[in-house]
Amino acid sequence: MNPGAIVLEARGISRAFPGVQALAGVDLTLRAGEVHALMGQNGAGKSTLIKVLTGLCAPDAGTIKLLNSEVSLHSPQQAQRLGISAVHQESHLLPNLSVAENICAGRYPRRKWLGGIDWPETRRRARELLGRLGIDVDVTQLAGGLSAAVQQLATVARAVAGDARVLILDEPTSSLDADEVQALFRLIRTLRDQGVAILFVTHFLDQVYEVCDRITVLRNGRLVGEYACGKLDARGLVAAMVGRELVEAHKPATHAPAADETPAVLAARGLARRGALEAMDVEMKAGEVLGLAGLLGSGRTELARLLFALDRRDGGEILIDDRAVRLEEPADALRLGLAFCPEDRKQDGIVAELSVRENIVLALQARSGLWKFLARAEQRALADRMVAALGIKTAGIESPIGQLSGGNQQKAIIARWLATQPRVLILDEPTRGVDVAAKQELMAEVLKLAAAGTAVLFISAEIEEVVRVSDRILVLRDRAKAGELPGDAGEDAVYSLIAGGMTAGDA
Amino acid sequence: MRRLAQHALFWPSATLALLLLVNAAFNPSFLAISWRDGHLYGNLIDILNRAAPLMIVSLGMTLVIAIRGLDISVGAVVAIAAAVAALLVGGGFSADGTAASEYPLWFALGAALLAATVCGLWNGVLVVKAGMQPIVATLILMVAGRGVAQLLTGGQIITVYYPPYYVLGSGFLLGVPVALWIAVLLWAVLQWLATRTALGLFIRAIGGNPDAARVAGVRAADIALCVYTFCGLAAGLAGLIISSNVKSADANSAGQLLELDAILAVTLGGTALTGGRFSLAGTVLGALIIQTLTATIYSLGVPPEVNLVVKAALVFAVMLLQSAEFRALLKRTLRPGAGAA
Repeated sequence: MNPGAIVLEARGISRAFPGVQALAGVDLTLRAGEVHALMGQNGAGKSTLIKVLTGLCAPDAGTIKLLNSEVSLHSPQQAQRLGISAVHQESHLLPNLSVAENICAGRYPRRKWLGGIDWPETRRRARELLGRLGIDVDVTQLAGGLSAAVQQLATVARAVAGDARVLILDEPTSSLDADEVQALFRLIRTLRDQGVAILFVTHFLDQVYEVCDRITVLRNGRLVGEYACGKLDARGLVAAMVGRELVEAHKPATHAPAADETPAVLAARGLARRGALEAMDVEMKAGEVLGLAGLLGSGRTELARLLFALDRRDGGEILIDDRAVRLEEPADALRLGLAFCPEDRKQDGIVAELSVRENIVLALQARSGLWKFLARAEQRALADRMVAALGIKTAGIESPIGQLSGGNQQKAIIARWLATQPRVLILDEPTRGVDVAAKQELMAEVLKLAAAGTAVLFISAEIEEVVRVSDRILVLRDRAKAGELPGDAGEDAVYSLIAGGMTAGDA
Repeated sequence: MRRLAQHALFWPSATLALLLLVNAAFNPSFLAISWRDGHLYGNLIDILNRAAPLMIVSLGMTLVIAIRGLDISVGAVVAIAAAVAALLVGGGFSADGTAASEYPLWFALGAALLAATVCGLWNGVLVVKAGMQPIVATLILMVAGRGVAQLLTGGQIITVYYPPYYVLGSGFLLGVPVALWIAVLLWAVLQWLATRTALGLFIRAIGGNPDAARVAGVRAADIALCVYTFCGLAAGLAGLIISSNVKSADANSAGQLLELDAILAVTLGGTALTGGRFSLAGTVLGALIIQTLTATIYSLGVPPEVNLVVKAALVFAVMLLQSAEFRALLKRTLRPGAGAA
């Protein structure tokens, strides 16, 4: 097919959910041999549009044309048969099967004799496909043993195995580090050059400009416009997504870093856990944002989990106001005034079936205990206040939290902890999977809390973010402390500490 | 009407009403309640009385299932409690020929309940502290428990002649069966705990996402331990009622397959087997449905050999009726036909 030929054309797609118009007359055009970015804040309608395109949910109105003939999509399997494949945020390989088994799952080659599965042929096909895509991996290995990045590549390979004409990538890079992202991009370019029309959904602006040719922007379920990448710079893109000029969250210039003699609210001495973190000291002070920087696997999350007693520590003690405390369970941490926003909000954060209100009051109620049940009216007032204060978009506080978009779920989890008025707030990747504007709001909220006297531990993979909000930065490398920097040290200093003083020549 | 149909208790209630109507159609006096011998009398009262042990066991089971657990040892715990109580009351007579209890009745009942509570705690420890799969952990006691009960009774059926022991299973208070009083009281206490304390919220949070509940500071392990322990206690209570009703303790057959009836009652009542969503009132209705089913089978004169097959067929029909997917399918297949007619 000629590059640039229109492969998929969606016109006037609308879809409503109870209380929300998720999509209203949205158009999208995908062309062969092009990478097309779909951008928008949380709740803009990106996920719903993808669901419509993959047959997971039927539109209320609108038409979808595939190669100029109108189609109606009613299941992902059928969409896949028509050549529309999707890869979602987390890899969906089965960890207990080999790479080859995963790639050929559902369409195993059969032996002529007795119809058994032809394993050598399965491996050959998988090897051939991966080779064609330039992915170097042993197909007999179990998928569970591969790194997240290679799993992601294999997932993409599986998606295009059935000769996909349209490939939808829904935030495929959110759990990959920089090198891994590059490997994925190489694969994306290979597929693009083979004439596949690719729809790429991400929150990372720089990635858009790195691989994409065109951008479609949605806002509040409506189409803002389609742009060629060269015609819209990052500022313009953000403005299109947000609908207003950005105000960046910055440390107020007057905000004095806590003086050295202020006693630590929380201190850990010799905190360690085998295989996760080597013995380390940490101090957090009231009104101070302590940034935690380091690569994936450097021990960032592990440190946070140990501080909140989610994992059992092998050694060391934790002091609050200079007194050693019993801290063996998250419930203890909660009682001591700690709060923890986990990295994986689906796994450790939300209780999907419970309402927004119940999710917000959960931690406060857990601290009040079984018998002191917060009155309904009190719960509602608290939830209403939080929804308003953090700008949580929901049909109502009684809607199940699972129905909210990712960013709004994240805000609700933060609301859950703010409700306990914590003295120490640990935020592990609070801005992951959250759109630009919500990110700014979250970071502004963090600074406000610190200004009000909360000690904040801010963990993020984005060094720029850490530098922007932190008063002090703790850098981790290989599960140990690499060093500490003042908040105004700048990104370069953090990077060089992460790199461990290695210069380009040494590596 | 539509809003009514969407209420969680609509389908269990409708099922129960339907079953009662079927019975009334075959036996017009089925629904009659009269006053006889100083208490209420009739088929309905009989069903309520006989359903009480199942209700009690199922209420405990509801909480266990709501936290993503399962307890298949309740039948064995029933046997243990019955054996302990019957053993301590004893099948003896005093010198003057009247029936007597070997130990004071309160002591026998207390010891039986304590034994049942320990059984529940044991299950809880295996699941919560040792991290076993609930079905495997409670399978151990399901098998071993009946052995323990048989050991206690020496493999004999212990018959109790001491009349005060009969009160729990066949006595009346203010004209209403004592067993029913116990079941209703238990339900009321649990309902109060679930709605007036944070227990309901915590249980639904643990059942919905145990990891998230723990991160939010809910003492999930402690609550799970309490829930399993309570389930054991409830099974013990049911065991006392059952053994009192038959005036004996049979380690072999007391509470046989009760765990399956209890799981069925919980499911019929609209509690999700995957945890999180639970309904105590639904469970009570579920237990009544099962007991009414049994009564229906008897009143239809089904021979005992085919009893289980008929019960299975009825259960199948009831489950289909309660399945939202099946109802949707039915609607889709019926609608074109209705349109043509």
